[in-house]
Amino acid sequence: MTTPLLSVKNLGVILEGRTIIRDLSFEVHEADCVAIIGPNGAGKTVLLKALLGIVPHQGEIRWSHGAQLGYVPQKIAADRHLPLSARDLLAAKAGFLKLPSAEIEQVSTELGLTNELLSTSIGTLSGGQFQKVLIAFALMGRPNVLLFDEPTASLDELTEEGIYELLQSLQKERGLTVLLVSHDLSVVYRNANMVLCLSKGKPCMGPPKEILTPALLQELYAGPSQFYQHIHKHEQLSHDSQERD
Amino acid sequence: MPGEQVPLLVLAMFFALAAGLVGAIALMKRMLLAGDVISHLALPGLGLAFLLKVNPLMGGAATLFLGSFLIWQLQKKTGLAIEAAIGVIFAAALAIGAAVIPNEDLAESLFGELPKISAVGFFLGMAAVLFVIFSVFLLKDQLSLSIFSPDLAAATSVNVSRLDFYFLLLFSLTVLVGLRFMGALLASALIIVPAATSRQLTTKLSHFFVLAAGASLISVTTGFLLNVYLFKFSTAGPTIAILSALLFCLSLIVKPR
Repeated sequence: MTTPLLSVKNLGVILEGRTIIRDLSFEVHEADCVAIIGPNGAGKTVLLKALLGIVPHQGEIRWSHGAQLGYVPQKIAADRHLPLSARDLLAAKAGFLKLPSAEIEQVSTELGLTNELLSTSIGTLSGGQFQKVLIAFALMGRPNVLLFDEPTASLDELTEEGIYELLQSLQKERGLTVLLVSHDLSVVYRNANMVLCLSKGKPCMGPPKEILTPALLQELYAGPSQFYQHIHKHEQLSHDSQERD
Repeated sequence: MPGEQVPLLVLAMFFALAAGLVGAIALMKRMLLAGDVISHLALPGLGLAFLLKVNPLMGGAATLFLGSFLIWQLQKKTGLAIEAAIGVIFAAALAIGAAVIPNEDLAESLFGELPKISAVGFFLGMAAVLFVIFSVFLLKDQLSLSIFSPDLAAATSVNVSRLDFYFLLLFSLTVLVGLRFMGALLASALIIVPAATSRQLTTKLSHFFVLAAGASLISVTTGFLLNVYLFKFSTAGPTIAILSALLFCLSLIVKPR
């Protein structure tokens, strides 16, 4: 049995007197892609923040030595009036962490961010471009773990596809471990080898096929209909991609 | 120019650079008007200093820094938005200031005076503004990250709460030096207006900082010299503030489409 990359034991998070996460334990191994699912308010975003160490928590969160984290937050409402270009944002991270400035060019090339896009004010980027900039930001400093919080919420399906293709290729090329919060079960099926389900009952973790039972989905999403919709969407997408191939 | 005015002009020019830079960050943090309010935190201290016959700037500094600390604590402990925390402390400071400042010293407190500067005053002032300029230069990356997204900054190991406090202190320090020749009412003019001018002209971060500092420097130097040679008011503050407002009007005309 290999040492886990992340070991969480009896994690509890209480914010403003409200218990958000209670007694959660799980492990993540290297190169896993763990999807974190659960209904609204189950504490998915808070869990990522606890793992990043930016919200107070009880219990134990232990990252293995050498784990470098990159974080792509849920959509940020960027102030359109900020005099900040995409390049300024990447340069600020490089400056703060004392990374070589060549890394900005490197991740930009990898993600297909053109010079024109890098010079664009952050508030005027499209949803997809903005998300790519956030991914580039997360990849600077060569992390080996990526924490993605609903990376494609509010994006159209085509852009969403592009972001997940990018995620898959990054995972393959860089051997990244990914923790992914998503509401979209088709995304979970296609990308994750493990699912962590945060529900009001007992949290559970395992491979998607074992975990995502109709009974559990009914409990999570208050009815099986959405499950079948998601499966249908998943099948439709697989069909479309086969046709494209 | 009278010889004793030279150190004051030099100090004013460095103050201008500090005010431009601090204002640029305050604009990005959407707390420019808060700056106007922060300068009034000095009023109770000025009043008490007049009453106790000690150096007014020392009194002003004491309440300015105490007020900044209270704002930071209030925001941290209650989760209030920064402008709400500043508003609460401001209301109290203004009321105490109005109650304790003797009437005959009110104008000086609000609009400043053009004092002769002692060698110690000059070096302390220079040390303060150089500290502000140097700190902004050192912290600009962290500040940019935390302004863009506090969560993302925290995930990048920036201590956002401590950074907020540092910035309030830098802001207060800048206002404090400005009080010397601008007064509480106008000290913040040089923090607000050049940053707003610069924002009209660029969307690039480095240009934004340079233009804000530049607009502030032009306003102070020109305003100071105009006052010495032409207007001869007891303080250069109003001339400087009017000039910086004129530069803002100019920026509206030449603003790139």
